[in-house]
Amino acid sequence: MMQDTQGSERKFSITGHGYSFNMAGRIGLTIILFWAVIAIIAPWIIPYPPGKIVDWDYFGPISESYWMGTDYLGRDILSRVLMGARYTVGISLAGVTLACSGGIVLGMIAAVIGGWFDTILSRLLDAFNGIPSLLFGLVVVAAVGSSIPVLVLTLAAIYLPGSYRFARALAVNVNTMDFVTVARARGEQTGYLIRTEIFPNILGPVLADLGLRFVFIVLVLSGLSFLGIGVQPPHADWGGLVRENIEGLSLGAPAVIFPCIAIASLTISVNMFIDNLPQKIRDRSN
Amino acid sequence: MHRSSHTWLLVAHRLGIALITLIIVSFAVFFATELLPGDVAEILLGQAATPDAVAGLRDAMGLNEPALSRFLSWLGGLATGDMGRSYVNDISVADLIGRRLSNSLRLAGVVTVICVPFALTCGIAAAMWQDSLLDRLVSILTISVISIPEFMVATLAVLVFAVWLDWLPALSYGADASNFAALLKAYAMPVITLTCVVSAQMIRMTRAAVIETIKTPYVEMALLKGASRRRMVLHHALPNALGPIANAVALSLSYLVGGVIIVETVFNYPGVAKLMVDAVATRDLPLIQSCAMVFCVSYLSLITLADVIATLSNPRLRK
Repeated sequence: MMQDTQGSERKFSITGHGYSFNMAGRIGLTIILFWAVIAIIAPWIIPYPPGKIVDWDYFGPISESYWMGTDYLGRDILSRVLMGARYTVGISLAGVTLACSGGIVLGMIAAVIGGWFDTILSRLLDAFNGIPSLLFGLVVVAAVGSSIPVLVLTLAAIYLPGSYRFARALAVNVNTMDFVTVARARGEQTGYLIRTEIFPNILGPVLADLGLRFVFIVLVLSGLSFLGIGVQPPHADWGGLVRENIEGLSLGAPAVIFPCIAIASLTISVNMFIDNLPQKIRDRSN
Repeated sequence: MHRSSHTWLLVAHRLGIALITLIIVSFAVFFATELLPGDVAEILLGQAATPDAVAGLRDAMGLNEPALSRFLSWLGGLATGDMGRSYVNDISVADLIGRRLSNSLRLAGVVTVICVPFALTCGIAAAMWQDSLLDRLVSILTISVISIPEFMVATLAVLVFAVWLDWLPALSYGADASNFAALLKAYAMPVITLTCVVSAQMIRMTRAAVIETIKTPYVEMALLKGASRRRMVLHHALPNALGPIANAVALSLSYLVGGVIIVETVFNYPGVAKLMVDAVATRDLPLIQSCAMVFCVSYLSLITLADVIATLSNPRLRK
């Protein structure tokens, strides 16, 4: 939906196989990997326990012992941001994996089988696209109560229809190709067609779509936490950290600025990475 | 512009789909809130309630009837404007929403009036001088705004205008709108935030729509016969891009729905979204359902409008 925004002339590719990344893409990838590593090793590198009140002052400034200042209770923000990465990255990753694997499998099945199955499934899932995502989250969490499994499933449910639509559109194109017709004439089953004929041919664009959807999920999760119905205290993801410390905003406290920077660095770098994916991966569909 | 009956058939088809979608959406909203765990009667009466009292209240509220019939009567109530009563303070939900709706609509209206001319100018300019410094700058700015959560745009706006420049109050919505300056101050921050969020989407889509048209052979022809780039875009491309642009405008405005939920909460603005977020905190289900439907209906109308405009403006469907 948002391709072709970058000029192709400013590519700094070094190796010429068409799979190399340009500068912006590499910076994006580095930041993504950085946060992924942090999410894994956070418990071992945090300077203070995230729940411990370490400073008598609240909304403390940046200092040598508290690199990102302290929060509204005097807890160390650096430790809380590092631990927050686990929630933000972990929940979003689980959500996007569920949403996209479900969407892609259903999309390919619908494209291969066609007929009534396709029509009804498409209509139904399109209808769910008619609910604004943040609102969907609000309603479900209001009813069920907030917990991490509920958040993951809700986020997956919100973005499954979009992923289905995208994968189905790609699969329908591949489905009309000769090699699929040949395979069908050979008498192959639906499962084989999906696995061997369709899936490898839509993989590139589908992965790019997965990245974009990851950004949307991070944004909605942060939004839900910001509204107070995401990850529940005493734990906090990055959106929750902003909510906790929003009072410090009028003081210009670092406690509210750093979680914001963390979210932005992750989402912007994923977008940068996707926008600068090698043409070969992105345009497989054409 | 004379249109064939085929076009109107397509539009009618699209409206029909919107109606079916609306029914499925209301079904989803109703069952998400009604059928999931947490018995309403028990919540209302609290922990000290006797089983008899709970059973009595369930009976009185009609909770023992089959879910489907409750859904139908709820839907019927919605259609006739009877949205039930709030669990928390027993005020009619229609009254509660009615008071807040005008506030939200005013906010959305002001944002739209500012946003549309601004975004169209930026989008068309960026497309006209594609790959120029201006275009790069606009692209970077819009993708940054799209990549970050709405509450962060709000946070940045507060930091810039309230903390550093000290022009506007930070997070409070002053109830006194005694004079024009106070009114302006109260509205400024929510409007600035929402305008940023919605314009970013609108600029990107407008730019894409114009560039799509510039790529067509007849616009290339105009360039080849010697028209300036400016003339090529404004006289040849733009009239043909009007449909896609109108489509982009309606689609971007649907981002208001998500944005308004965050912005009203951040700035304590007394609109429907704030009402709904507060209702979530108190688990006031009738209020949540009705607010959700207000948002779904506005969202669906904008999306449908965008599709209808796209259909009507497609010259291939004109006879």
